[in-house]
Amino acid sequence: MSDSPLSLIVATEEQLLPGGWEMIVGLEVHVELATATKLFSGSPNRFGDEPNINIDPVTLGLPGALPVLNKHAVELAMRIGLALNCRIQRCIFHRKNYFYPDQPKAYQISQYDLPLNADGFLALPSGAVIGVERAHMEEDTGKSTHIGGATGRIHGSDYSLMDFNRAGVPLVEIVSRPDIRTSEQAREYVSELRAILEVIGASDAKMEEGSMRCDANVSVHKPGTPFGTRCEIKNVNSIRAIGRAIDYEARRQIDIIDSGGVIRQETRHWDDAEGRTHTLRTKEDADDYRYFPEPDLVTVDPSQEWIEAVRAALPPLPAARRAMLQELTGYDPQSEAIIVAVERGQHEYVKAIADAGGDPVKALIYVTQAFAEAGASPAVPAADIAALTILERDNKLSATQAKTVLAEIVANGGGDAAAIAAAKGFEAMDTSAVEAMVDEAIAADPDAWAKYCAGEEKAAGAIVGRIMKASKGKADGKVVSAIMQSRRGA
Amino acid sequence: MATIPTTASQIAAAVASGSITAREVLEAHLARIDERESEIHAFNLVTADVARAQADAIDADIAAGRPVGPLAGVPIALKDNMCTHGIETTCSSKILEGWKPPYDATVVTRLRAAGAVMVGKTNLDEFAMGSSTENSAFGATRNPLDTSRVPGGSSGGSAAAVAAGFSPVSLGSDTGGSIRQPAALCGVVGVKPTYGRVSRYGLVAYASSLDQIGPFATTVADAALMTEVISGHDVMDSTSIPQPAPSLVDAASQGVAGMRIGRVVDLPGGAEPEVSARLDAAFEALAAAGATIVDITLPSLGYALTAYYLIAPAEASSNLARFDGVRYGLRVNAADTNAMYGATRAAGFGDEVKRRIMLGTYALSAGYYDAYYGKALKVRRLIAQDFDKAYESVDTILMPTSPLVAFKFGEKADDPMSMYLCDIYTIPTNLAGHPAMSVPFGTGAHGLPVGIQVLAPALGEAAMFRVGGALELAAGGAQ
Amino acid sequence: MTQSGSPISAADVAKVAHLARLDIDDAQVEHFTEQLAKVMVHFGDIDALDLSGVEPMTQPYPLVNVMREDVEQPTLDTDEVLASAPAAEERRFRVPPIVGTEG
Repeated sequence: MSDSPLSLIVATEEQLLPGGWEMIVGLEVHVELATATKLFSGSPNRFGDEPNINIDPVTLGLPGALPVLNKHAVELAMRIGLALNCRIQRCIFHRKNYFYPDQPKAYQISQYDLPLNADGFLALPSGAVIGVERAHMEEDTGKSTHIGGATGRIHGSDYSLMDFNRAGVPLVEIVSRPDIRTSEQAREYVSELRAILEVIGASDAKMEEGSMRCDANVSVHKPGTPFGTRCEIKNVNSIRAIGRAIDYEARRQIDIIDSGGVIRQETRHWDDAEGRTHTLRTKEDADDYRYFPEPDLVTVDPSQEWIEAVRAALPPLPAARRAMLQELTGYDPQSEAIIVAVERGQHEYVKAIADAGGDPVKALIYVTQAFAEAGASPAVPAADIAALTILERDNKLSATQAKTVLAEIVANGGGDAAAIAAAKGFEAMDTSAVEAMVDEAIAADPDAWAKYCAGEEKAAGAIVGRIMKASKGKADGKVVSAIMQSRRGA
Repeated sequence: MATIPTTASQIAAAVASGSITAREVLEAHLARIDERESEIHAFNLVTADVARAQADAIDADIAAGRPVGPLAGVPIALKDNMCTHGIETTCSSKILEGWKPPYDATVVTRLRAAGAVMVGKTNLDEFAMGSSTENSAFGATRNPLDTSRVPGGSSGGSAAAVAAGFSPVSLGSDTGGSIRQPAALCGVVGVKPTYGRVSRYGLVAYASSLDQIGPFATTVADAALMTEVISGHDVMDSTSIPQPAPSLVDAASQGVAGMRIGRVVDLPGGAEPEVSARLDAAFEALAAAGATIVDITLPSLGYALTAYYLIAPAEASSNLARFDGVRYGLRVNAADTNAMYGATRAAGFGDEVKRRIMLGTYALSAGYYDAYYGKALKVRRLIAQDFDKAYESVDTILMPTSPLVAFKFGEKADDPMSMYLCDIYTIPTNLAGHPAMSVPFGTGAHGLPVGIQVLAPALGEAAMFRVGGALELAAGGAQ
Repeated sequence: MTQSGSPISAADVAKVAHLARLDIDDAQVEHFTEQLAKVMVHFGDIDALDLSGVEPMTQPYPLVNVMREDVEQPTLDTDEVLASAPAAEERRFRVPPIVGTEG
């Protein structure tokens, strides 16, 4: 990557590391695009096939083969650029020359000084805004398997086997500015980015399958002083690992500086099992990539019409979806219920329930609790759920009863909530009956009641349990606890 | 047996009419190859069996009354840097010796559809780098007109095949003059079409922004016919111009009345006096045929050689990096992959290829890009602008193809710069991406042929063939 | 700025030979340096040109937006391809141990 410009963002007091150190982090995220074919040829872009099935002259870098750009890949890359608030611009491809057996032509077709997407940003749910320097197109490499040696790793292996199914798969590399100040922000950035990529259909963004890969540039310094020397951490392959790797690396660098050492600019490898980074190579032996404009490809110059058409087809992004549910329910957009519903793409379903006259808060709760496996568009008619939320809101059903009815509706793919409740003999009990039951329960377990009255909230459980048993679940838990509180206060 | 016609168009007409069979035509040519190939070494591989099968298929089509293409039964030789499915394609390099491509180049597919019969793969300077065909890993090709002399290069085998009558037409590739210069030295017609006219898909790349496939022929009309057949848009080549193949055969006999032909007053020197004299004679002949000769200047032309010998090696250094011993071709075993790369490439490439790879790597490397490659791209622009300005006042430009007639073997072998200077008149059109052709126009020193080069603006092939046809006529050739 | 006519040194030649993965011995380094130096001297001619404001020309014919639809095309036969490989195993291309790492 090119040298990022300095970031103007300064960590808050709470974000600083012990000793007053500030970490400066930039992330490079590679995502495989969800196309049917490769970036420059018509072989399938498919994960998990038999080795060397999805190959053609271009993929294998055969003599005489020529690349032809996949239009859909450009569109998906444009979607990413638009979702990250980038400028979509006239761009060209460059060759990045280096020898490695997984790189069939001994050069990677990538973008260099004129990327498709430039100068965007990603607003994190927590409020931080992380600059996006660029999001450019390039091709993936093949896959090596290392045979022999103790570990099956590259080091000490006897030989390696190359599979070129992945070679030429379209990638977009999203390069952030060094605006990240905590490992939590780094995790949040990647997690929000992943949500965006999924929502816009650009990539399945599965870190475990390698369709989303993350490298982190980490340095430390004291605020007000120049940035420190950065190290690039590779092989950070889960969101959890991102946080761990960055924290480890920052600590490693601080320890070196504290003990009078100097940080060398180098590339380091994150070992998730060991929980540490290792030197991969230092700057001194970095290759000279001899970038030059790829003569086999022509300029890509997206027209304003094309850009606007892609923009118009973009679905609402996760942030907009969370805001919609916030407005609907009054919940914090960072609340788990909203995050879960948006992640599952069920925000429209929640809204449909509310639109069908349902209670929005109960709709959100029901959906997050009972529709984990249902996908973005559950088969159950929204109106059926809406009816159930009203029964519970109006105290026609207790929360426990509503849950039972909900389970049945979900199992049957729909149903009349009132009829199911009636068939189960669910009727909300009137308050005087509940009061009688509370008194009976107190009489039956005076010890628990005494503890509860003494302020031991846990002790309420025994009393409530008796009431629920006696009422066969018909008693509304909220009503029970209200009565108990008023008895205690009396 | 009927007499075998000499030109491709005559052969195709005779075969299509049934007056002669494709097989008869082929056997006559194979007999000539048998007779002289050991002396000439035009071919890396003679594909007699493939050719016989193709010829018989054409004859079967004709017997069954099925339509045949414009090159029905025409024997053709292909430069050995065009991929042929299942048939060795070596680029005259040890690194690709024995490699059988799993696919056909687009031109190969088009020739087959046109009914052509492939007689063999012709010798070249390794990876098309050279001007004499001495840089072949499989031995040099000799000039059929004087076997002590080079045929030119890099498409020396294809030029020699046509000059020796092994096939009436052949294909070469031209990156800095590799079709036109050997055509001139062997006394045949050679055409480099506009960059993008002919698909490069399946042509093993030397310098991607300069390479272009084109024909050799004994007549301008045959060269026009071949250019028509192989031209046209190809979705497999992103730099292919989305325009249909032009109609060119008629242009070759249209004459030059009313055309404006440019004489470059500041043409860089270096041409042998006999060559310059033939150029003067060409202008006179065209003026006599009704053309107007217009003086023009191309002030940046003298810098073309430097621009070319930075750009072409730079692209080549990257294009030839794929020969790494991993997926195909030669591998020299070694303890680790990096050692294997170095040993394989050292053993597989000849000296000229190594020189150009190193030169190109240097021109692109950190700290030198701006001074070399970057500057060369700007010079390229200046040259293109010079041409654009010139073509405001002329339709075509005339200059020598080669400063020299065919030279002796070994004369320039160890002095790269003197060899590079052979390309001084052919390189500028590659840089500009324009079409140009070489037409035999009498003889120079030692009675050896001199080629006159006709240059035209991008997509100006029709004008180029008008002038080419007129020169041929004036020289007492075809029509 | 480096001038185009600057002489190329033996160290430069050794460096580019390594970048290009061409094993050449010291005698060859010397030989190639001598030849390339002659060529590079000639290249000094373009230093005389005023190239300020000249746009680099990377392609001879100005085409833009050449793209194909995202539709699968036939693939190559794995066996045919592996038959041409210097070494293959388990449907994959076999290479000696990889020392160092990419890029």
